Amino acid sequence: MSKFKKKKGGELPAISTASLPDIVFMLLFFFMVATVMRDSTLMVKNQLPAADQIQKLDKKDRVMYIYAGEPSTRYTDKYGSQPRIQLNDKFATVSEVAPFVLAERASKRQELQNVLTTALKVDGDTKMGLISDIKQELRKVNALKINYTTRVGDYTQNID
Amino acid sequence: MAKRSAPEVNAGSMADIAFLLLIFFLVTTTIETDSGINRKLPPIEDVEDPPIIKEKNIFTVVVNKNNQLLVEEELTDVSDLRSMAIEFLDNGGGEGEEACDYCQGDRDPKSSDNPDKAIISLKNDRETSYKIYIAVQNELVAAYNDLRDREFNRLFPNESMSFVEANKKYSDPRTSSDEKERLKPKLDEVKLMFPQKLSEAEPSKTN
Repeated sequence: MSKFKKKKGGELPAISTASLPDIVFMLLFFFMVATVMRDSTLMVKNQLPAADQIQKLDKKDRVMYIYAGEPSTRYTDKYGSQPRIQLNDKFATVSEVAPFVLAERASKRQELQNVLTTALKVDGDTKMGLISDIKQELRKVNALKINYTTRVGDYTQNID
Repeated sequence: MAKRSAPEVNAGSMADIAFLLLIFFLVTTTIETDSGINRKLPPIEDVEDPPIIKEKNIFTVVVNKNNQLLVEEELTDVSDLRSMAIEFLDNGGGEGEEACDYCQGDRDPKSSDNPDKAIISLKNDRETSYKIYIAVQNELVAAYNDLRDREFNRLFPNESMSFVEANKKYSDPRTSSDEKERLKPKLDEVKLMFPQKLSEAEPSKTN
């Protein structure tokens, strides 16, 4: 009789949390794999212009970045407020663009060296003179594929 | 002496450690990719004798230092640029060998012969703002894309997507290689009908 006696008390058994670390680790690995860390801190104002006829810039390993714009407020007393170029973590002059491209190219794998794209992340308020100078430098080192990085949006946002 | 078993390590704080790491990676993750307008710069070598191009086959766009737009010698607003560029590219005024059988334009003899001959020349000043330059580039690319979309839909109506979508699909790494191979000739055919001939002059100095 007593063998099949029903257990007394309607208390719910505690949910086992033993598998919680597993779940968290799974999420952790996902984010670790998906993470691309920002490799350079921005030292320039970088309000990108808007465009809608855009193409995606996949494959981060084939892209090198050139930033340009007015120095951010913390650098203005040291570097002035004229738009400047930023390469990696340093301010640079136009003549340093070509060596930078060559160094970047040399650091990539052989098969990628010919398919590199230069992404120009330029602040919308910069004058075209600086950009033309950069483009001229890029032509000198034969880095002809460029991408004007933009925000997604209608072109009318650029006209104020 | 009684043998003591090693005490079990308490794994209760494992979840806390994992959460800490998880939150760190969550914060530093940037999943979104950059996007923008792709362009190809011309190689630096000098052309010995530049080809002679008829004036009517050139569509000049000039942006001055006050960010004003001069299209074919007329002051224009950026909002009209796209339709003007389409009109020029799609004109098809050529005759005989230079005729364009798929153009739907006015066939004005004073405008371009065919899309292959038609060149858009963009000139800007050193003082031009980058924002306006991008807006102009965007509208000119849009003109080409509109025309390519039209031809793509006409030639391959059962594809049920536009040229831009097909191109996006083609450049997406997740698309299978079979699909890519199927799309490539179609894309190339349309690209050949409206080749992107966008020439940029070196900017003028401001005096």
